Amino acid sequence: MSYSPMSNNVMPAILLKDVSFYYRQGEPVLKIDSLEISSGRSVFLHGPSGSGKTTLLSLISGVLVPQGGEVRVLGQDLRKLSASARDTMRGRDIGYIFQSFNLIPYLSVGENIMLSCMLHEERGRRIRAATLSEEAHRIADRLGIRSKLNTSVRQLSMGQQQRVAIARAIIGSPPLVIADEPTSSLDHERRDDFLSLLTEMVAETQSTLLFVSHDLTLVRHFQESLSLPSINRCVQEEKA
Amino acid sequence: MMLILLAWKSLRSRALTTTLTIFSIALSVTLLTGVDRLRYAAQEGFAGTLSHTDLIVGARGGDLPLLLSTVFHLGNASNEISSDTYQYFAHHPAVAWTIPISMGDSHRGYRVVATDENFYRYYQYRSNHHLGFAQGREPSSLFEIALGAQVASSLNYHLGQQITLAHGIEEHSILNHTNVPFTVVGILAPTATPVDRALYMTLLGDEAMHYGWEDGTPPAIGESLPKLDPRKLKVTAITSFLLGTKSRISTLSLQREINSYKPEPLTAIIPAFTLQELWSILDYADQGLSIVSIAVLVTGLLSMLIALYTSLNERRKEIAVLRVVGLRMRQIILLILTEAMLIAIAGTVFGIAATYILLFLMRNIIESRLGLPISLVGLSVRVEIYALATVLGAVILGGVPAWRAYRNSLADGLNSGS
Ligand SMILES: Nc1ncnc2c1ncn2[C@@H]1O[C@H](COP(=O)(O)OP(=O)(O)OP(=O)(O)O)[C@@H](O)[C@H]1O
Ligand SMILES: [Mg+2]
Repeated sequence: MSYSPMSNNVMPAILLKDVSFYYRQGEPVLKIDSLEISSGRSVFLHGPSGSGKTTLLSLISGVLVPQGGEVRVLGQDLRKLSASARDTMRGRDIGYIFQSFNLIPYLSVGENIMLSCMLHEERGRRIRAATLSEEAHRIADRLGIRSKLNTSVRQLSMGQQQRVAIARAIIGSPPLVIADEPTSSLDHERRDDFLSLLTEMVAETQSTLLFVSHDLTLVRHFQESLSLPSINRCVQEEKA
Repeated sequence: MMLILLAWKSLRSRALTTTLTIFSIALSVTLLTGVDRLRYAAQEGFAGTLSHTDLIVGARGGDLPLLLSTVFHLGNASNEISSDTYQYFAHHPAVAWTIPISMGDSHRGYRVVATDENFYRYYQYRSNHHLGFAQGREPSSLFEIALGAQVASSLNYHLGQQITLAHGIEEHSILNHTNVPFTVVGILAPTATPVDRALYMTLLGDEAMHYGWEDGTPPAIGESLPKLDPRKLKVTAITSFLLGTKSRISTLSLQREINSYKPEPLTAIIPAFTLQELWSILDYADQGLSIVSIAVLVTGLLSMLIALYTSLNERRKEIAVLRVVGLRMRQIILLILTEAMLIAIAGTVFGIAATYILLFLMRNIIESRLGLPISLVGLSVRVEIYALATVLGAVILGGVPAWRAYRNSLADGLNSGS
């Protein structure tokens, strides 16, 4: 599990070392000695509600900074990056899917999908189609939401919204895609549709996928599975 | 650029709140600039009551009473000036022209001014406007009289009408010159100055009216009135006179000369200067009004602050989404500030536009009823400063919700997203 950059050719997408984090002093939420996720893998991270899953994802995407330890994402030591450099990296290299609220309500479906590419030139250069709007059309086509591109996001069903969220996350082939309980607002059938679409799209872009849920039945869609409580010493200490 | 687009779309999606906020700011700006423009018009109109007159000369007394009685027909001059003195200065080498003024009678509350043809030739107001006649001509013989525009319109008088004058200024004077009726021969064009509120006759007419009087009292009842002989009429005294110099540079030395004139104690004032002095007294009321409208503007801006601030709670998730697509903290703050700025700019533009549209639509009413020369009012530096202050104030106040959004986002991490 230990990480030595010289000996390993394949750079891990995510690497945490001795990370500790608290929102309020004296109430630690996360204490992780070591966590490594290899590039290109699709990983299922599970844990009960309140176990710190979203918090961990905030650390990985550089929205929050741990009080101690090292977080390396896509080869970058987040501690050494400035806040705005972390913001740029997140927008450029990470696709993020939330549980339910994913879309800017005052932008059209198409604008929501293209937003990160419009904000980050480099991400815009990684698209496959010739132009950004063609790319949005291509992805929307794959996800079955092409006819919705110009509509307001308020007119979409939950399932449609989550598919737009996939489109927004994978456009511009970000090396890392993170999903935080994206299926909990969907019913069973939609859940499986969503997961097959997501894993399919991520496989196409060859992104690393970190998928978080408390629902263990989803584990079969992924190559690897990780339990947060088992690597989070905070929980273990509580239990002890 | 992207931020302005986002801010614009975000505001548009909250159309009702945005419109109301813009409206409230526009209203405040309209009030602020409207009051300012009217005040400016009032000041301009006031300063333009009399122009190109270098000195006003009267018997020794206060500056303000002289100005008030001569120009505004308010109050009474303390004393008279002898005709000899008037003639002396009328022919003074430094003097270009003089307008003699003699007052003492009235007609239904309006003052009667006895003067000569110089009045119609040299009297100027609002920089270079001369008096003109809407109807008829200037009075030239003894019992002819001209009316100011407002006198004619409010009393509904017309040319050829016979009127009698009252002695003194009370509306219901007990002493009426009923034996000497005057004929209206002219009606002056409106000037929006006190000129409109007086009647004008010749100096000799004034004398004729008081013919046979002794020491300011009419002949007693039963006493026979001597037959009026125009050839015997002579102007012996006037109340005051206006004076224009040949060269403006000589104004001060002439003023000094008049003030120290030995044969008779006189006071000479520079009207522009005394008008200014008078305005500074009247200005208090307007300053009060300005303070009120600034308070209204602050209220308008606060309503924007409240609207943006309360929207933040429902926007926590939106901001989390913006964060994951890579918007920087600085850009989130800028987004909120941009929204505040757009609201303020829209409010200011609509507000100023409304002011000028209203002033334009009501210019006739304002000019004729209030005597304020609205046509002089343009977009001034003051209005530009107000506009700038509004937008700047909005951006500064926008800092509050922007900072709040920043704190929220830092505290939330990505948890507000799920
Ligand atoms: N913004 C915050 N400020 C303070 N405490 C927080 C904040 N967000 C989460 N916490 C606390 O941190 C702990 C972990 O929360 P987190 O949201 O990471 O859990 P989770 O595993 O994502 O839960 P769920 O499955 O319900 O989403 C919880 O005890 C929670 O109360
Ligand atoms: Mg969570």
